[in-house]
Amino acid sequence: MALTTKERMAIERHRMAEQPPDFRNRNFEEVPYGYTPEQAVAEAQRCLSCKKMPCVSGCPVEIPIPEFIALAAEEKFAESARLIKTKNVLPAVCGRVCPQETQCEGQCVRGKKDIAEAIAIGNLERFVADYERENDLMEVLKIQDKNGLKTAVIGSGPSGLTVAGDLVKLGYKVTIYEAFHRGGGVLVYGIPEFRLPKKIVEAEIGALEDLGVKIYYNSVIGRLYKVDDLFHSMGFNAVYIGVGAGLPIFLDIPGMNLNGVFSANEYLTRSNLMKSYLFPEYRTPMIVGRKVAVLGGGNVAMDSARTALRLGAEKVTIVYRRAREQMPARAAELHHAEEEEIEFRLLSSPVEIFGNEGGWVTGMKCQRYELGEPDESGRQRPVPIENSFFEFDCDQVIVSIGGQANPLITKTTPDMKVNKWGYIEVDPWGRTSKKFVYAGGDIVTGAATVISAMGAGRRAAKAIHEDLMKESDETFTQGWW
Amino acid sequence: MYEVLERSEIFNVHKMVIKAPEIANSINAGQFVIIMGSEYSERIPLTVSDWNTDTGTITLYILEAGISTLELARMKVGDSLYAVTGPLGIPSEIKHYGTVVLGGGCYGIGGIYPTARACKEAGNKVIAIIEARYSPMFYHEKELHAVSDQVLYATVDGSRGRKGKVEDVVTEMLEKGIKIDQAFFMGCAEMLERCSEATRPYAIPTKVALNSIMLDGSGMCGACRVSVGGETRFACVDGPEFDGHKVDWKELHKRKRAYAEQEIVVYQSYSHECLSEKKLRGEL
Ligand SMILES: Cc1cc2nc3c(=O)[nH]c(=O)nc-3n(C[C@H](O)[C@H](O)[C@H](O)COP(=O)(O)OP(=O)(O)OC[C@H]3O[C@@H](n4cnc5c(N)ncnc54)[C@H](O)[C@@H]3O)c2cc1C
Ligand SMILES: Cc1cc2nc3c(=O)[nH]c(=O)nc-3n(C[C@H](O)[C@H](O)[C@H](O)COP(=O)(O)OP(=O)(O)OC[C@H]3O[C@@H](n4cnc5c(N)ncnc54)[C@H](O)[C@@H]3O)c2cc1C
Ligand code: SF4
Ligand code: SF4
Ligand code: FES
Repeated sequence: MALTTKERMAIERHRMAEQPPDFRNRNFEEVPYGYTPEQAVAEAQRCLSCKKMPCVSGCPVEIPIPEFIALAAEEKFAESARLIKTKNVLPAVCGRVCPQETQCEGQCVRGKKDIAEAIAIGNLERFVADYERENDLMEVLKIQDKNGLKTAVIGSGPSGLTVAGDLVKLGYKVTIYEAFHRGGGVLVYGIPEFRLPKKIVEAEIGALEDLGVKIYYNSVIGRLYKVDDLFHSMGFNAVYIGVGAGLPIFLDIPGMNLNGVFSANEYLTRSNLMKSYLFPEYRTPMIVGRKVAVLGGGNVAMDSARTALRLGAEKVTIVYRRAREQMPARAAELHHAEEEEIEFRLLSSPVEIFGNEGGWVTGMKCQRYELGEPDESGRQRPVPIENSFFEFDCDQVIVSIGGQANPLITKTTPDMKVNKWGYIEVDPWGRTSKKFVYAGGDIVTGAATVISAMGAGRRAAKAIHEDLMKESDETFTQGWW
Repeated sequence: MYEVLERSEIFNVHKMVIKAPEIANSINAGQFVIIMGSEYSERIPLTVSDWNTDTGTITLYILEAGISTLELARMKVGDSLYAVTGPLGIPSEIKHYGTVVLGGGCYGIGGIYPTARACKEAGNKVIAIIEARYSPMFYHEKELHAVSDQVLYATVDGSRGRKGKVEDVVTEMLEKGIKIDQAFFMGCAEMLERCSEATRPYAIPTKVALNSIMLDGSGMCGACRVSVGGETRFACVDGPEFDGHKVDWKELHKRKRAYAEQEIVVYQSYSHECLSEKKLRGEL
């Protein structure tokens, strides 16, 4: 029975049940439990199937949102998931990590007055994808006949996985080279288990392998092979570079090399990828801080802070230069961090980290800031307040103020253009200045989002296909004459 | 993958020859690999001391220091390693220097070999100096002799060569007025510092293969950061070789001790596991 608009409007947004804050802050299990099928149907019924579909314009890969929600409302969960997958191959991931409030849900008509009332598009996307996977309904996709062309993908983050999936379905032989011993990029080494269970990423990678994608782990391109080797000695016809941004930035202040100062990359890699939260069963050691300071205000900072808490810290403080409204983290992460009683010291920035004789962090000196004139991005610029310093004790500092481009590949591929920050220059389709070399994701844009990295992968796969088909037509005609 | 083809032990230095044809094909002198014995292991960096492109193998010398190296030491021929990543790091700079001195201690005795070989091939006079506590602890000597004009020994107890350490031999050479155009050192951080101090007064260009704590080995984490000439550098991608006269040794020594406590915890849990394993097998 179809509901009337009025009836739909009367339904309130369904929040996902979650582990309570004072319980979850000591375990690594996922925080929200997920919808029940009944909740999912009820939430889906809230959607008004707007003709103009503003929500779709908010999604970087233009998922047919009203349609997938309508299928969910009819309890056709697996069909719903498959529909999403025509646009987004990792819905279980994106449903969990997209900044929905600035994307799809940010445009939803039902959230115009209060964003908390928008349709829970992300939750629904997560639910149908989980349903499909957990009930073994994942579709074995049809693959076109092998076309005899070989493509290499460097990096197995969301953008690399997307390119690989698209190309293998078009009939290419696809080989992924991944630096680490496990695939998934930031999805496995960065984003913690309590936010994105690793079994989801594993299932997706398994599905790609079932399609015939070959993954070589432990392969650092730029060292093991150069990009040119991939063409010349390995015989690839095209190469996609999706290596992420990589290099951590440290502040230029005294004390940065003290023991107990980590980049977020190191801290999270130890905990997630190397599973040091299960130390000593897993051998990679982790130092458990008592009082931990985290520098930065993005998702990476929230993940670091909440990881520190779960590893056993008594107190975790986030130190951020701007105001709360300016924090780039997803709304849900900020909310979760606040619930877990992470302390926020806003409009503050460290000027020195103190250490003891043994070289260990003992505390930090910060300067207070105030908001000044807006900068180019329109955000009010933080300006330091003179002579307004404060100090506090801490024994660990996690630096999550962003990254830089890793030069391993670009340095060994000198005929490929990079911009002044070292990121690879591409056309809107991901073509680099080097023929048959494509790039996308964080190594092009700098730190961005999972969905934008996937969108870039999707476009590049199209470009690769177009360019290689053109080329092989030409070789074919040349041979013919 | 990464099958162990050969094993031997010289005191607590373990030789391991591993099947890794891709790495053997692309490695150069001075580079290293990062290894995980099992899925549970820590990622640890090890210098590649030799390789063979025909057999597709690489040779490692592993000094038993703590849990990770102990676990590797327990591996037998036929076992496979979970992960071997490499080559990593920037290769040694090889050119015609004139006279090159290469000093090695503990794992560095094997570790300096590829650089010695490459220096020899580049037409240098190669002098290798190796140190150990006492005479039977030397290894990889035949190979080193084959690529060196001279191999000098130093032992703590004086049982072979000069009584003392590599830096004592170097100082003696310099005092005698022997010209050294370039020095390379590999071994524990304390040895690297002492050797750098020995060449400093004579302003001998000195490269040291640093062994800071590493995680990914590709520049992504910053665990390996060292201060060289007042700048922060990542040993895994900017090194491992740096100018020994510019390294902030005090900082390096402190950073290397970062996990000392955890190393003991894991070691104890491991010996506990071994004990329970033995109990299960009825050996205790
Ligand atoms: C802690 C953290 C939390 C985040 N949270 C969110 C979030 O909630 N929502 C969101 O949308 N985004 C989030 N992001 C950002 C998002 O994860 C990234 O934008 C996205 O993963 C980029 O994808 P990518 O494929 O470009 O690169 P990556 O995911 O970085 O993957 C790159 C892969 O390439 C490999 N590689 C690197 N160099 C080489 C080489 N030389 N040879 C071979 N392989 C190589 C790496 O090991 C890695 O596996 C977060 C990022 C971090 C670090
Ligand atoms: C570029 C490089 C090349 C190396 N080559 C060799 C080699 O050829 N043979 C060899 O025996 N050793 C080599 N080392 C040192 C070796 O990596 C460490 O001895 C090993 O990691 C110790 O691990 P463990 O668990 O057995 O000992 P632990 O008990 O964990 O530690 C013993 C000591 O090793 C150091 N260490 C611990 N973990 C690491 C790590 N992840 N990275 C670096 N150092 C660490 C610590 O300073 C500690 O004091 C090299 C190190 C580097 C950085
Ligand atoms: S992919 Fe992200 S932005 Fe698009 S609909 Fe899903 S959650 Fe929203
Ligand atoms: S804007 Fe909101 S209510 Fe309208 S179709 Fe999209 S999700 Fe449904
Ligand atoms: S080991 Fe991570 S940057 Fe060097």
